[in-house]
Amino acid sequence: MTTAEAYSDETMAELRELMGRYPDARSALLPMLHLLQSVDGRVTTEGISLCAELLGISEAEVSGVATFYTMYKKHPVGTHHVGVCTNTLCAVLGGDAIFERLCSHLDVGNDETTSDGAITLERIECNAACDFAPVMTVNWEFFDQQTPASATELVDALRAGETVVSPRGATITSWREAERVLAGFEDGRVDEGPAAAGPSLAGLEIAREQGWASETGGSA
Amino acid sequence: MTAQLTPVLTRNWGDDRAWTREAYEAQGGYRALRKALDIAPDDLIEQVKDAGLRGRGGAGFPTGMKWGFIPQDNPKPKYLVVNADESEPGTCKDIPLMMASPHTLVEGVIISCLAIRAETAFIYVRGEVLHVVRRLRAAVREAYEAGYLGDSVLGSGRKVDLVVHAGAGAYICGEETALLDSLEGRRGQPRLRPPFPAVEGLYACPTVINNVESIASVPSIVDEGVAWFAGMGTEKSKGYTIYSLSGHVKRPGQYEAPLGITLRQLLDLGGGMREGSELKFWTPGGSSTPILVAEHLDVPLDYEAVASAGSMLGTKALQVFDQTTSVVRAVLRWTEFYKHESCGKCTPCREGTWWMTQILGRLDAGEGREGDIELLLDLCDNILGRSFCALGDGATSPITSAIMYFRDEFEAGMHTPSWELFPPDRSTLFGAEVSV
Repeated sequence: MTTAEAYSDETMAELRELMGRYPDARSALLPMLHLLQSVDGRVTTEGISLCAELLGISEAEVSGVATFYTMYKKHPVGTHHVGVCTNTLCAVLGGDAIFERLCSHLDVGNDETTSDGAITLERIECNAACDFAPVMTVNWEFFDQQTPASATELVDALRAGETVVSPRGATITSWREAERVLAGFEDGRVDEGPAAAGPSLAGLEIAREQGWASETGGSA
Repeated sequence: MTAQLTPVLTRNWGDDRAWTREAYEAQGGYRALRKALDIAPDDLIEQVKDAGLRGRGGAGFPTGMKWGFIPQDNPKPKYLVVNADESEPGTCKDIPLMMASPHTLVEGVIISCLAIRAETAFIYVRGEVLHVVRRLRAAVREAYEAGYLGDSVLGSGRKVDLVVHAGAGAYICGEETALLDSLEGRRGQPRLRPPFPAVEGLYACPTVINNVESIASVPSIVDEGVAWFAGMGTEKSKGYTIYSLSGHVKRPGQYEAPLGITLRQLLDLGGGMREGSELKFWTPGGSSTPILVAEHLDVPLDYEAVASAGSMLGTKALQVFDQTTSVVRAVLRWTEFYKHESCGKCTPCREGTWWMTQILGRLDAGEGREGDIELLLDLCDNILGRSFCALGDGATSPITSAIMYFRDEFEAGMHTPSWELFPPDRSTLFGAEVSV
């Protein structure tokens, strides 16, 4: 059996579609690895071989890429990927305390998965939401202004299979479904969630209160 | 009273369904594109030059000049690549922009492509922001449906295609040549320059790489005019920009203002520091810009004045820390970040960040050794200007600046752990809860 036969016709067609989106098919490698993670739950040896076959490059080259980027996982990821920002600002404002609490609450360490397979916990770097610190992510959706208590509630709800909604995003599905969207396939959830919330609107709200907004732009 | 804040890019963020084409058009969106189609490409470049728009991604290079470097007599395809890999610690402006109003960026991309005569553009967005990726893809789809993108933009015969490309977790891909390698399906490692991307960039073709905010500012210049844009800001730092305020402040968030506003003014607008807080240190533009202290509260936040104060405007990411924060702990964590994100290509950065992390780690633990501060400074001296790209340089910024302003704290690291001098729970936003 060739590597390609291990994957469904649909997956093969989607991989080829991704390759067709770029002037040079190799540009599709990152999206292809995202897609294969959504299928396999991680980057597998088979997935690496398949990318190499399709792109006409060596397995070593694909491996080199797959091991370079932190979002590609060699070990199986749980149903949900939970990230806690512990870069300086979030860490100081409470990210370290949140991460410690979750480690003990879930009985896992960094980049480990709970025994029930529900959650993989990871310390993440700055996720560009510092005005919402301390920040967490679930399947790369934002959960803002967290505390140790809110963080444990969040993971408990995820483990219990309850419906969880990102305050600035969509209903939480699963890490695999998120990976599929990142690969380049829409999931129909774009209209969920607000345009902006809280701190994103701080300056705009002050400008409106002061009557400054109207001063911008002749045609506004 | 003169407007201290000037919402332009942020103006529609509070609007209902602001991310949709319908909402964007209702507030004047894509009007600039229609104007741009009647302007000669070279004149568009001149407009952006004359407006004085400078890169909003950190370096502050004049955008119009960058566009002018594209050799138009080169027969190869030209590309526009938008750097949406926002990852510089503290920086959080492009993500909310693309979340709330992705069409502002899409319109900017199309106009910029017309100017540099590129038929294909890419938005390289970091992968860890799922909903932003959704909003971008939907906006691009809607723009194709409306004829703004495709083989003939609004029937003009000009072709512009746009691909949204999600990264996979690597800070280094914010470095423009690493981004190009990543976009070509490789490990994200910086390239040797020259050749510069303007001559040999993506697929060895002429390429412009601009930050999200830079490109998103273009429609407003075309629509409202060069004089309007250049009428804001300071002499050499024109226009408006988004400042991102975070940390121990009452009202963190995005503040769009003319270049040259000060941190004191921004803090005053937002109600100041949190209760009982005193400003200890802050970054003007992310962790790669040397830290500043209270004496710099009145430094105009433009490219020149911040440079004169010994730092860089960078991404205008104002991370504010109060007296409860250990500067050693903060700097250690930033250094761990650079160590984690070093691509490994060049020795000073790859090895140096590991060494610095070890030394800072023992200072943080109160186990510093005689000469550690000098050793740190010596290491920084051997990385700054000697590494392949700016990541190595950036890694030295917090260390050298923190030692300059807070040498005492590093010396205390010879005998006392940071967590005894600065109990971490006092710095959190939920102090009391930690002990529960």
